Amino acid sequence: MVAGLVFLSIVVFLPAFGALVLMFFPSHAERAIRRTTLGVTLVVFLLTLRLVLPGLHAASQNPLEQVLHDVRFAAGEPGYQHAYAVPWISSFHIDYFLGVDGISLPLVLLTSFLSVLAAAASWSVTKHVKAYSILFLLLETGMLGVFLALDFFLFYVFWEVMLLPMYFLIGVWGGPRREYAAIKFFLFTLVGSVLMLIAILLLYFASDVRQLPENARRESFLSQEVMVKSLAPSEKPLHTFNLIALAKLGQMPDSPFQEPVLGGKSVAWWAFLLLLIGFLIKVPAVPVHTWLPDAHVEAPTPISMILAGILLKMGGYGIIRICYPICPQGGYELAWFVCLLGIVSMVYGALAAMAQQDFKRLVAYSSVSHMGYVVLGLGAWSLMPGLYDPQYWKMGMNGAMFQMIAHGISSAGMFFVVGVLYDRVHHRDLNQFGGIFGRMPVYTALSIVIFFAALGLPGLCGFVGEILVIFAAFSYSRALAVIGASVMVLTAGYILWTIRRVYLGAEYRGPHAEALSPLTTREFLIAATLSVAAVVFGVYPQAIFRYMAPSVNRTIDELAEWMKREANLHAASGHISHPSDLESGQTEDLLSHRDAPSQ
Amino acid sequence: MIDLHRTLDHLSFSLSAWGPELVLCAGIVVLLLSRMVFPLGRYLPFVISLIVCCLALFLAGPWNGTWPIVGENSVPIFSGLLAWDGLGAFLKTLILGFSALFVVFLWLSGFPKPAHATDFLVLYLGAVVGMCVMVSAEHLLLAFLGMEMASVPSYVLAGFDRRARQSAEAAMKFAVFGAASAGVMLYGISLLGGVLGTFSIPQMADQLMLLAASGDYHGQAVILVLSSLMILVGLAFKLSAVPFHFWLPDVFEGAAAEVGTFLSVVSKAAALGLLTRLVLGLLGYGVLEATNAGVLPIVTFLVVTLSLLSAATCTYGNLAAYGQNNIKRLLGYSTIAHAGYMLMPIAAAVAVLFRDASLARWAIATLLFYLVTYLFMNFAAFATVTFLRNAFRSETIADFAGLIRTSPGVVVCMSLALFSLVGLPPLAGFAGKFAIFSSLVFGGLWSLFVIAAINTVLSLFYYVRIIKTMVFDVPVRDPLPQVRLASPKGIFLAVLTVPVIVLGILWQPVFMLACRAAGYPW
Repeated sequence: MVAGLVFLSIVVFLPAFGALVLMFFPSHAERAIRRTTLGVTLVVFLLTLRLVLPGLHAASQNPLEQVLHDVRFAAGEPGYQHAYAVPWISSFHIDYFLGVDGISLPLVLLTSFLSVLAAAASWSVTKHVKAYSILFLLLETGMLGVFLALDFFLFYVFWEVMLLPMYFLIGVWGGPRREYAAIKFFLFTLVGSVLMLIAILLLYFASDVRQLPENARRESFLSQEVMVKSLAPSEKPLHTFNLIALAKLGQMPDSPFQEPVLGGKSVAWWAFLLLLIGFLIKVPAVPVHTWLPDAHVEAPTPISMILAGILLKMGGYGIIRICYPICPQGGYELAWFVCLLGIVSMVYGALAAMAQQDFKRLVAYSSVSHMGYVVLGLGAWSLMPGLYDPQYWKMGMNGAMFQMIAHGISSAGMFFVVGVLYDRVHHRDLNQFGGIFGRMPVYTALSIVIFFAALGLPGLCGFVGEILVIFAAFSYSRALAVIGASVMVLTAGYILWTIRRVYLGAEYRGPHAEALSPLTTREFLIAATLSVAAVVFGVYPQAIFRYMAPSVNRTIDELAEWMKREANLHAASGHISHPSDLESGQTEDLLSHRDAPSQ
Repeated sequence: MIDLHRTLDHLSFSLSAWGPELVLCAGIVVLLLSRMVFPLGRYLPFVISLIVCCLALFLAGPWNGTWPIVGENSVPIFSGLLAWDGLGAFLKTLILGFSALFVVFLWLSGFPKPAHATDFLVLYLGAVVGMCVMVSAEHLLLAFLGMEMASVPSYVLAGFDRRARQSAEAAMKFAVFGAASAGVMLYGISLLGGVLGTFSIPQMADQLMLLAASGDYHGQAVILVLSSLMILVGLAFKLSAVPFHFWLPDVFEGAAAEVGTFLSVVSKAAALGLLTRLVLGLLGYGVLEATNAGVLPIVTFLVVTLSLLSAATCTYGNLAAYGQNNIKRLLGYSTIAHAGYMLMPIAAAVAVLFRDASLARWAIATLLFYLVTYLFMNFAAFATVTFLRNAFRSETIADFAGLIRTSPGVVVCMSLALFSLVGLPPLAGFAGKFAIFSSLVFGGLWSLFVIAAINTVLSLFYYVRIIKTMVFDVPVRDPLPQVRLASPKGIFLAVLTVPVIVLGILWQPVFMLACRAAGYPW
């Protein structure tokens, strides 16, 4: 088990170590610095790739092979793997606790994958390459840490660690309004983090590991120290930051998080709301999305790729990993709110994208719209009292998770595509483009694949997630599903219109026409890799669902169990809850021929 | 005879427990004499002071055995005027550790010219003795004496730069404000002592609990409230808590940055130590038998007063820092804001004292831990400002524009210190803030916690403005001066910055030490 922790720690901290090594490079050795950065990200990618490759011979004599065999990720297992906790700050019962499951694994791979591509795309950065590379690698450590941390405090630390590199990466290497964009990004994120910190302490203070049954304590992978303490008789509550233990505490009958705190609402309700806002700022959902267009437009291309491809996913990941399992009561009561924000983001993002003149801004707003699907899919709590059929919510959450991966690929691709064009002609005005097809045919072909993936064309990766989310929304509320489906038309509208304005047309009449040279090999490889990924995951989504669905489904099953138990408790005590915001579930026959991706 | 024996025993024990202060006093004498013997030893005063501080640190440090616990088995020395216990010893270690670094810092910055170094250091060491008395006082008169011993040299130090008009003005303001607040405090002390019939804090606690048990305080509630508010005025002045903060920005701007460093770090630590001893000591550390109904008015009064004071201080400091162009002034307001943060755990400690006395000790431990983190991050920020002043001959933020082009190492150190002051992980400031926030949550002071959290966001903007100027902006100075990291000054900065990172990641040992000092049971 320790081998797993060591392996994951190497994955997380290798980039930071690389940054440390880069400090000793002379700053004029730009070539060496760039190659080292790319090399480090590549090694990290290969290490994470090891997780999904099949095992070697189990009974190998060679200890190295044995370790390599042990650190694989067994597909189809819903639980955490390589989860191991060692005490870190024992005064606060904080553990250094890493682990991976089907929900985090695809995101970890996405992170390491996009980091390689972004590092390769960083050749376009020519200013202060050394500082840039150091910050870039620190950023990667933060991102990987967020997805692998299973201790709330550790999660928070990694979450914040990304902030500083990002601030400088936008502020120093960005476009003309970079300072404004950087501080705006910083302020918004910090507000979200502070709300999260309040919720963390709220939950920490309410938690008490000793209330958990012993088997649940074992399943929470508490560190040896905490385990011993939890068994010893003591009058003092044993608080915890362990995310698994917190989830078990949140879902147990008579959960300590159901204590009312303020305004008649429980700890779970408030914690859910605070965490939700914190995560939605990162997603970002309307109305807290305004930092995103600025940050995207000003950030250099590789950083835009990282920002759209990975950072936004952390919000969605936080909601599925933390909000719902730990605070199911809040999630249940606020499901309408989550869905509302999701659908508003979808519509608003799409409409705003249509109105843009700036190519990059358009892509940024399309991110808002696409991440709206994620929020809607996560929020569509379609478990009906009395029925508790988790099938549709499973669809929604699987769809949302898939959409995060798909959007990671397509949005990173779109930002790269915009960056390629900007590097050549130094403007992004949609009205001054046209006729790129004639000048750069390979580039245009790859771009169109990526744009169609974002559009949600069947056969490309964007389609799978969106359609699953719409199905799930249908059983939650038909009105939402109808609106959501029509957003697909809006999306098609702005993307097709963009393709017409940029790529089609007789000839390019904008400035710097002479600079429109074909793609370099490096650029071609990046765009082609993303296009291939878009096609592969569109045709064979099972490649991701294989790992993801068991974990997602288990999360939902647990929540369904929780809901059933709560309803029984309420029935026993005389109040039968009839959530008024749920529409009747007569849609099974419509969807019964469709299997949830888990099956 | 037996009595004499016992007295002598007690005296010899007291003197041994008072070792650090004695070393300091001896050091002052040696410093004064050394000038007569070696009038030409340019760096001799620094060397002597450094040796004295290190020796005192060695005597005070946590390495000589275990500490008695304050309020439980703290050892009275000098027949109960002072006490030897964990709280005092921890803060003395902090103060003396800072002093050792501070002497090196003075040496590097070259502020007191070698000719005046003796004067400066004698005054400084005198103030240190005063602060050591403050953090171990068990008697209100000694507490007052300690405060004055710490304050009077500070007034002189603030005006040490005799040729600068601003410096003289700062000293004048400082002295007038200080004298007035000291007078008010003394009056408050006499009132409180009169009501309770004694000046010894443990005995006052007994009396107060008797009064509280009587229910109606024998009609002396008004005097109690008045006297405690007056004492608080004196301490609020030292802490620069709103509304007694007016002196601080002017003094920080006028006095040399070196003096500001000392005022913003250890002076605050000593005042907080004294406040803790007073507030918790008068309530008997929750150990004494107390009827809940009786102490409730006192607890409510103290919690509300301290909460309001801390919330106002913190918010005012952070908002007022926005408009500053002078970096010393800005750091002055940041000091005010941090004084607000550091008042919060004391309020939390009072709030839980009679509910769970061990949680009150936890709150004090978080305060002590915060002080350690604050020492390093604030010292690093002030040291950077001092070295930049030497290089730029300016303290205007705009003049430091584009500094990263010539002095990247220094800018990185400064950025880490400032981000730590904001409270971003994985830096020490976050660990400290997190600990303080936890004490607020345990104390049930949710509204104060939310205010503190909002203040974190408020503070981001002005700290980042300094970093933005140094990193993003185009230089206005040509040629741009340089402070190299590979120089004694740069290395000193790095030495201060490394703990800012290390304490943000591996803070368990230091936090354990703070818990032990505060007597939180494990």
